[in-house]
Amino acid sequence: MRILGIETSCDETGIAIYDDGQGDLPEGIVAHRLYSQIAVHADYGGVVPELASRDHVRKTIPLIKEVLAEANLTPADLDGVAYTAGPGLVGALLVGCSIGRSLAYGWDLPAVPVHHMEGHLLAPMLEDNVPDFPFVALLVSGGHTMLVRVDGIGKYELLGESVDDAAGEAFDKTAKLLGLDYPGGPVLAKMAESGRKGRYKFPRPMTDRPGLDFSFSGLKTSAANTIRKEENADLNPESKAQMQADIAYAFQEAVVDTLAIKCKRALKQCELNRLVIAGGVSANTALRAKLAEITKKLGGEVFYPRPEFCTDNGAMIAYAGLQRLKAGVYADLTFKATPRWPLDTLPPV
Amino acid sequence: MNFLAIDASTEACSVAITFNESQFNEYELCPQSHSLRLLPMVDSVLKQANCKLAELDGIIFGQGPGSFTGVRIGIGVTQGLAFSAQLRARGVSTLQAMAQQAYIEKGERSVIAVIDARMSEVYTCYFELDEQGVMQAKTAEAVLKPELVAQYYNDMAIPAYGVGTGWDAYKDLAALKSNPDSPEILFPTAEAMLAIGQIDFSQHSVDAENAQPKYVRDTVSWKKLPGRE
Ligand SMILES: Nc1ncnc2c1ncn2[C@@H]1O[C@H](COP(=O)(O)OP(=O)(O)OP(=O)(O)O)[C@@H](O)[C@H]1O
Ligand SMILES: [Mg+2]
Repeated sequence: MRILGIETSCDETGIAIYDDGQGDLPEGIVAHRLYSQIAVHADYGGVVPELASRDHVRKTIPLIKEVLAEANLTPADLDGVAYTAGPGLVGALLVGCSIGRSLAYGWDLPAVPVHHMEGHLLAPMLEDNVPDFPFVALLVSGGHTMLVRVDGIGKYELLGESVDDAAGEAFDKTAKLLGLDYPGGPVLAKMAESGRKGRYKFPRPMTDRPGLDFSFSGLKTSAANTIRKEENADLNPESKAQMQADIAYAFQEAVVDTLAIKCKRALKQCELNRLVIAGGVSANTALRAKLAEITKKLGGEVFYPRPEFCTDNGAMIAYAGLQRLKAGVYADLTFKATPRWPLDTLPPV
Repeated sequence: MNFLAIDASTEACSVAITFNESQFNEYELCPQSHSLRLLPMVDSVLKQANCKLAELDGIIFGQGPGSFTGVRIGIGVTQGLAFSAQLRARGVSTLQAMAQQAYIEKGERSVIAVIDARMSEVYTCYFELDEQGVMQAKTAEAVLKPELVAQYYNDMAIPAYGVGTGWDAYKDLAALKSNPDSPEILFPTAEAMLAIGQIDFSQHSVDAENAQPKYVRDTVSWKKLPGRE
């Protein structure tokens, strides 16, 4: 079976076609395209919802055309249309839902609303080396930080989540304080590569007490205070760059340590040694290295998507949609955007 | 010629079809639930007309001004239907559609449309009937402070028949309209859009992806970062 996936929940328009390998094509992504609106929002220091919706309604159909052309397929070769129905920005979601639902109607195909975080969670399944169920998943993105026990598709038990900022949000806010454009997370990570260990030390929030919840706002405040203090120092450009890199290093180290401590705790609690990481922050190389180390010690392994499928994309939506479609889950003629939608309320497949 | 018209740009949600000389209309007030009603209504008129999408000559859609989200729901559905059936699409102004409705229902020949645009402003435009029976704009569609509306219509044959939600919101404008009571026509209809849009459709139509909203108010209230304005 073959499905078209449409992602418009935030500031990227992502379109892909996924094939399950049961026909004449090999299993995997047949074609995918991504249009990032980063440039649209950079001047505002964050995503402007109305501008995001305006861009999605311009880009979705052109990208679908491109993906069909690249895949050398026609709509008659498809078995379904999947689109992100939440969580996310309601206006942005509605663009993908309205186009996706009516395309499916016009093509006489089943339409499958997809949970964006289930998409992220299943993105590692698009790689060659896929984890067996059950496993523990760390979802770390711009809007979420969650630890989930996964016993199968739709069998999700929430183990812990952030009580305030998401990890990606903390990255972006700290990056902004360092004068980087939105979303500064990946640039901050790049800066940290030339940073030195030991010059600054930030707290590892909520690691000294039991439980699997996270908090990142205190860490962000601590980094903000340090940045403010150091900014006043009269430094030459070179020392200033080094100071910023050292702060970036210490900040990233604190986030990675915090996430790692909780992952280890979750794996022990579940008596598992397979860990999946997904969402934008799972592209972070320091985090990947640290979690590889931890799972290795437990005799297990860490699984993650290729970097381009860590952040928002259509491929993960196509994949998750096909799993739901095969289980016979699809929409009637209505469509609905659900901006808040807890992952653990999804039905099992 | 056979056309489907779709509008979700205000609290009203409507679809209309003309197929093999028969016409079917559906209209509902369904604030906040257009995404639940629009496709079922499309499906319903297609079935009533015994028509398949591919048998149409095009799709006509409400292009705004109106609720940004509502306009995009209508346009998302238009794009999806048009792309899937390889049809072209044509946008019709919601203000023009209300003016046309005044002609259809009341036989009015000159109309001022005023709708509440929030942020203490109105969307407005003045229309007169042409020889083909279509309401044509005699001014540009504008987003204005209510106190500037009278001046905007200095050169027009005022008062004219008033339509839209803006009159009740801004009672001071009452002198500009000829109907003394609250306007009876408050929302656009797909039926009126069908009447407007099917005339010279091919000259005014675009590909599915170019079916886009007309925002009229283009400035957004978000602030750029210092130094980026
Ligand atoms: N290498 C990296 N290191 C740290 N953070 C990163 C890296 N790459 C991306 N990010 C962060 O990932 C986030 C974007 O991820 P993603 O696109 O999955 O989030 P989102 O879609 O905005 O949020 P959500 O999926 O929760 O709705 C941003 O906060 C970005 O800074
Ligand atoms: Mg995401």
